[in-house]
Amino acid sequence: MSEVIYKKPDSLSDKPFHYCPGCSHGLVHRLVAEVIDELGIADNTVAVAPVGCAVTADEYFRFDTVQAAHGRAPAVATGIRRALPDRFVFAYQGDGDLAAIGTAETVHAAARGENISIIFINNTIYGMTGGQMAPTTLPGQVTQTSPYGRDPYTQGYPLHICEMLSALNGPTFLTRTAVDSVPHIRETKKAIRKAFSYQLQGKGFSLVEVLCACPTNWGMSPTDAVRRITEEMIPYYPLGVYKEEV
Amino acid sequence: MSETVLMKGNEALGEAAIRSGCRHFFGYPITPQTELSAYMARKMPKIGGTFLQAESEIAAINMVYGAAAAGVRAMTSSSSPGISLKSEGISYIAAADLPCVIVNIMRGGPGLGGIQPAQSDYFQATRGGGHGDYHLLVLAPNSVQEMACLTADAFNLSEKYRIPAMILGDGTLGQMMEPVDFSALPKPVFAEKPWATNAMGGRRGPNVIKTLYLLPEELEATILEREKKYDFLRENLQRYEARFTEDADIILCSYGITSRVVETAVRELRNEGIKAGIIRPVTLWPFPEKIFKQVRPKAYLSVEMSMGQMVEDVKLACECRVPVYFTGRTGGIIPSPAEVIAKVKEIHREVCAVV
Repeated sequence: MSEVIYKKPDSLSDKPFHYCPGCSHGLVHRLVAEVIDELGIADNTVAVAPVGCAVTADEYFRFDTVQAAHGRAPAVATGIRRALPDRFVFAYQGDGDLAAIGTAETVHAAARGENISIIFINNTIYGMTGGQMAPTTLPGQVTQTSPYGRDPYTQGYPLHICEMLSALNGPTFLTRTAVDSVPHIRETKKAIRKAFSYQLQGKGFSLVEVLCACPTNWGMSPTDAVRRITEEMIPYYPLGVYKEEV
Repeated sequence: MSETVLMKGNEALGEAAIRSGCRHFFGYPITPQTELSAYMARKMPKIGGTFLQAESEIAAINMVYGAAAAGVRAMTSSSSPGISLKSEGISYIAAADLPCVIVNIMRGGPGLGGIQPAQSDYFQATRGGGHGDYHLLVLAPNSVQEMACLTADAFNLSEKYRIPAMILGDGTLGQMMEPVDFSALPKPVFAEKPWATNAMGGRRGPNVIKTLYLLPEELEATILEREKKYDFLRENLQRYEARFTEDADIILCSYGITSRVVETAVRELRNEGIKAGIIRPVTLWPFPEKIFKQVRPKAYLSVEMSMGQMVEDVKLACECRVPVYFTGRTGGIIPSPAEVIAKVKEIHREVCAVV
């Protein structure tokens, strides 16, 4: 008699991910789906998908999903949340979406203490358009639009979203995690669970920033890409809890 | 029983929205529509509704997108420059076939323009405004009473046909006070929304609201399907007011506040023995083409507070069988009856000359 000890979460569809080898999206999708299964809230969930590689997240998640325009996910989530105060609403966004074109929507949803959760995928690059400089691209990082390496003198400095938002009164849980090791992946899942629980308790705005890999657009193998998270990204974007209201 | 009160157009519009079951309003301040936001800010909290002042017009329209996707009656309002900002979201709402009501209390443009009334967003409203093949249902009131009644219609029609509706008013209609009878409001007719992304509890599977189709054949199919709806609306939803058209030599076309000026001008012209008539489109999209097939004037005159935008639709509707003239003022100036009369007399000399 065999026993199931590991299976695909019910909140994920049977469709294989289209993501590149070594991309972190599939991993974080799975963590989100596991948490939603564990909390038993799939029937009560409305997700907001971004513009970017995760634009087709609705094909993988088995709960209601609304696709937002680039950067507008927090505003769309606000509209859903205000219309359906008893539902669970989260947005899933990348760095270009959340920290460049959607900066105003992000900051003001946070400032309002909107009772939504945001999963923020920070992989320091625009993935879907083929690897352009993102608001979180590290100084010196080569991308299609910073071909000589990001020069802060002409191209500015990266945004530290958790640090920025922690200056506001609205957010109640802000944390930065990574998916470069098994312990960090476990911490990421715990952080997502905590953020979602905060919303379920009506505590207000929460955001989990996840440092992720984009091997294709970084021009690296999946293993080198994971190493880059550890060696280059974590020193620049320190992991930890930036705000936690009890 | 009549419920007549004296109200500003912007406030009457807000009251009509509330009476039509709208409980979600997302705004951003801009003159000359701000009274509407202020009215909603006062009323919504008292009836369990949501008034939210967004960080921008872009955020406000995307909140409407979210609320409409969730299945509630949602509304936003702005004035010309703000509608340009909303155009991104309006395109997405149209692409997702979501119902909502968008109010444009027009002011002079382009750019920041001015804060006085104008009608220079006609192209933006009737041609879509944002990117892609889409239309809005565009309703043009010409009184405070119609501001209220057409708002109620806009919610019902938008929901019935899953098309965003726009109330296209102007600064005068928004700011002026007139008696309005709320008992004359069309009753709300709520449509079933099995498509709403309101969480799947009780449903077999998830609902998805999306606008991305990476396969061109798939995208084309959604556009062709939507076009069928547009064709149905073009055939069945044309609204207009036509007066003195049977024997008219010159028919004046105008909408909104300009039609009130034209009304005065046409009475005066008739008193002077000039056979002038009126066609006042109430739906700007779909444009009321049918009435133009039933009348036989010697010329049309489109009177607008712009450099002449609706004049193109008049030419298309009458298929240029007779000359189509334009007169108007722009930049925030309302044409006077005297200016309109002078133009009609000039046309009359050209097209009705006794040989």
